[in-house]
Amino acid sequence: MSFLDAGIEFAFSFDQLYDRLQSMPAPIRLRELIRTIRTARTQAEEREMIQKECAAIRSSFREEDHTYRCRNVAKLLYMHMLGYPAHFGQLECLKLIASQKFTDKRIGYLGAMLLLDERQDVHLLMTNCIKNDLNHSTQYVQGLALCTLGCMGSAEMCRDLAGEVEKLLKTSNSYLRKKAALCAVHVIRKVPELMEMFLPATKNLLSEKNHGVLHTSVVLLTEMCERSPDMLAHFRKNEKLVPQLVRILKNLIMSGYSPEHDVSGISDPFLQVRILRLLRILGRNDDDSSEAMNDILAQVATNTETSKNVGNAILYETVLTIMDIKSESGLRVLAINILGRFLLNNDKNIRYVALTSLLKTVQTDHNAVQRHRSTIVDCLKDLDVSIKRRAMELSFALVNGNNIRGMMKELLHFLDSCDPEFKADCASGIFLAAEKYAPSKRWHIDTIMRVLTTAGSYVRDDCVPNLIQLITNSVEIHSYTVQRLYKALLDDISQQPLVQVSSWCIGEYGDLLVSGQCEEEEPIQVTEDEVLDVLEGLLASNLSSPVTRGYALTAVMKLSTRFSSVNRIKKVVSVYGSSIDVELQQRAVEYNALFKKYDHMRSALLERMPIMEKTATNGPTEMVQTNGEAEPSGLESKHPPSITQPASQANDLLDLLGGNDVAPVIQTTPAAKPASAGGELLDLLGDLSLSGDPAPQVPVSQPSFLLDGVSSQPLFNDVAAGIPPMTAYNKNGLKIEFTFERSNTNPNIAIITIHASNHTETEMTNFVFQAAVPKTFQLQLLSPSSNVIPALNQGAVTQVIKILNPQKHQLRMRIKLTYTHKGSPLQDLAEVNSFPPQSWQ
Amino acid sequence: MIKAILIFNNHGKPRLIRFYQYFAEDMQQQIIRETFHLVSKRDDNVCNFLEGGSLIGGSDYKLIYRHYATLYFVFCVDSSESELGILDLIQVFVETLDKCFENVCELDLIFHMDKVHYILQEVVMGGMVLETNMNEIVAQVDVQNRMEKSEGGLSAAPARAVSAVKNMNLPEIPRNINIGDINIKVPSLSPF
Repeated sequence: MSFLDAGIEFAFSFDQLYDRLQSMPAPIRLRELIRTIRTARTQAEEREMIQKECAAIRSSFREEDHTYRCRNVAKLLYMHMLGYPAHFGQLECLKLIASQKFTDKRIGYLGAMLLLDERQDVHLLMTNCIKNDLNHSTQYVQGLALCTLGCMGSAEMCRDLAGEVEKLLKTSNSYLRKKAALCAVHVIRKVPELMEMFLPATKNLLSEKNHGVLHTSVVLLTEMCERSPDMLAHFRKNEKLVPQLVRILKNLIMSGYSPEHDVSGISDPFLQVRILRLLRILGRNDDDSSEAMNDILAQVATNTETSKNVGNAILYETVLTIMDIKSESGLRVLAINILGRFLLNNDKNIRYVALTSLLKTVQTDHNAVQRHRSTIVDCLKDLDVSIKRRAMELSFALVNGNNIRGMMKELLHFLDSCDPEFKADCASGIFLAAEKYAPSKRWHIDTIMRVLTTAGSYVRDDCVPNLIQLITNSVEIHSYTVQRLYKALLDDISQQPLVQVSSWCIGEYGDLLVSGQCEEEEPIQVTEDEVLDVLEGLLASNLSSPVTRGYALTAVMKLSTRFSSVNRIKKVVSVYGSSIDVELQQRAVEYNALFKKYDHMRSALLERMPIMEKTATNGPTEMVQTNGEAEPSGLESKHPPSITQPASQANDLLDLLGGNDVAPVIQTTPAAKPASAGGELLDLLGDLSLSGDPAPQVPVSQPSFLLDGVSSQPLFNDVAAGIPPMTAYNKNGLKIEFTFERSNTNPNIAIITIHASNHTETEMTNFVFQAAVPKTFQLQLLSPSSNVIPALNQGAVTQVIKILNPQKHQLRMRIKLTYTHKGSPLQDLAEVNSFPPQSWQ
Repeated sequence: MIKAILIFNNHGKPRLIRFYQYFAEDMQQQIIRETFHLVSKRDDNVCNFLEGGSLIGGSDYKLIYRHYATLYFVFCVDSSESELGILDLIQVFVETLDKCFENVCELDLIFHMDKVHYILQEVVMGGMVLETNMNEIVAQVDVQNRMEKSEGGLSAAPARAVSAVKNMNLPEIPRNINIGDINIKVPSLSPF
């Protein structure tokens, strides 16, 4: 009875549900949505529509609506493409995948590929579905699963499913086999150690007739050969891969027209390209393999029809393979000539790839490429930026001692007319080439000046010091140079680098300029006042940058010893003593002092600069790399070498601790007197942080932290005497003990005194102790008592370390010890972690 | 490897985006915008290769594109792909679309985004070229579309919904529908 009742109730509620379904509007179709979105006139309107639709989709998802799920996900994918968030559909995709319907699965897998992120939990959920589908009875479901796995399978998934993929790689169904091959590539990329697993399955891949399978198999073999040298050797020797590939390639060329694979009259160019690529990998650095493919490469190179892009694609690939393997010299010439022909092709794409590949081969076949120089230079005039850039790079690669004059003419012309985006690179290239191959110093200077006048504002900052150095070193043509630069300055004062170099030279060689002795050029007649007018003009001009003004002021100052009009110069200099530009003001004030207090030293100080030694980092060869951290010329070399050395040692130690995690380490040499130690330490810090600044000019301000150590008051008491000492190091007879104190004035500072003792029979000399701490600490090392540790514990070296630990972290320290024992230098590193808690809490 | 395939129109509106490497959604949109910016300012008579998109991978990557009427087809690839080969691949892909849609135009791509994805899926898989034989691609896509149609397809869903309810087998209902659930849920179905 009750059962019957229940049945009636079911029927009733079913009717209700049915009514509901009829009356409830179904979610709109994808097409309707797209149509609606397309009517939106503004972005805001579109956003509003989409938000409304998203709300509807969300509620539909919440109600677990099966019938419309696939439609809703399809709509979400469309919104996702437009850039709207669709991640809330991720789980729905998984549900669709688990559905029995092909429609659902298809959209579900597509959604999974488009929407799923790298979250592991989602992947875990998917693995099982994919596994089932890989064993499905319909090949298209299997195909979908393979495709998805091959697109977004995580390492975990790949491990779990590699077995299924391997099975499918052996099937006779070509639709699945080709997908399995690419899926295997993905698996190998994610989990390289699974590579071996696919090795047996590769055996019969190349005997397949279907081109899709052949193509993907070649991709798989390429991946394996590229990833593992063992595999490469195996395929070369045991599998005889080269003859197999040669045979397939030969069949492709020889076989007549086959409508299946024909693309513009060529039989499966995609497969040919792939095979040529694999041959390149097999032939690289291997004489036998290269030998085996020489003939076929020659055949392809001569027989390929090149009226269409496809033919050129194959030819291009052949050329690359010829250049990369150990091919015969005749073949290489043939290859370069094909590229030469490419350069003359009407199709810009072909010209582009020709330039790209010539650039690759210019190192190995320099002379062969050189033959196409004029064509390459012509490409500089191309309208296409991609081609222009390649041509420029290639032109620079072709410059040598013999053609420098001609090439430079072309490149300077290019620099004149090219887009701004090229100027910086082109200018650097010209500097580099000129530096390397300049036929004469005068030519060199002329060239650089030409660059500065045409592309002055685009050149990199470091070219100014480089040019100044070059000019200084070319003593014989100083007067010529200064005259040229002066003339250039009269023409144009907007190119800052040029103005800077000119100012510097006028300051330096002003006397030569005024005396007008120049044997080569028509000498120009200038008076001292005219020169000063020009420099004053620079100082006042709006076009001048602060740096340029600095150069100009220094030039004026230097002229005070070269010209007779000292009073005028004094006036100019004093005017800038109140400049708003602090840098300029400082210079002016200093120069003023030079006139007044130190006038007796003035002429000596302003003497002509000596010829500069060429330093490695100053050379234009480093130009590209040093961009941005240009060294100020000359000044840097005034650093006493003794300072820079410990700095670099400290840096070494920083490296030990793993780079950014550590604070700078300060280490003093035993010879340093305490009073001067502060200054040196600052210099060290300066070197570490602001290496660009000329150190001697930095006003020394000592941090209070440092002063603590220098003052004589008793700063430390014995409250902390309870901290037990510890042994930090005990090895090879060298023992280092730490004793601890806490500062009275600042409880955050821990003072550690190290006692280094030696219980061997010979003394240890040149003892240096260095320490580094994590970044949250600050560490200061005071001078050690000595650098010799006497033998047999007859005394110890002591050194004080101060550690500022504001956050009261646990102390950690890495120490480096260097010393000489029994005549041989020793070095050791240690980590000290077991500091007593009282020392840091 | 192909890193991404982007199709957008002359105004930069995306028509298909497919990334074969994971990028967050906003990054994807940024890449589309940047790519459009780079590609759209180029004349039609310059070469089809472009370097230096900063977003997808740096110097090893190239944008290879073709411009057809209102649409740009852009493939972003690394150095393991042949530049000229990819150009041919784009051609094959477009010709395949043309075969499937009969004189393909932008509207086809807009309204059949899912279909375009399915076609692409048979050409490129996981960033690697899968099949270049157009007849084969069209045949496989056709079979799958027919399978979908026999199930009623995406658009036939409402008919399916009604028939599903009608054909519901009464004795099965207690197993499928939780009574308690219905009683709670029905009121929440707003009759809009």
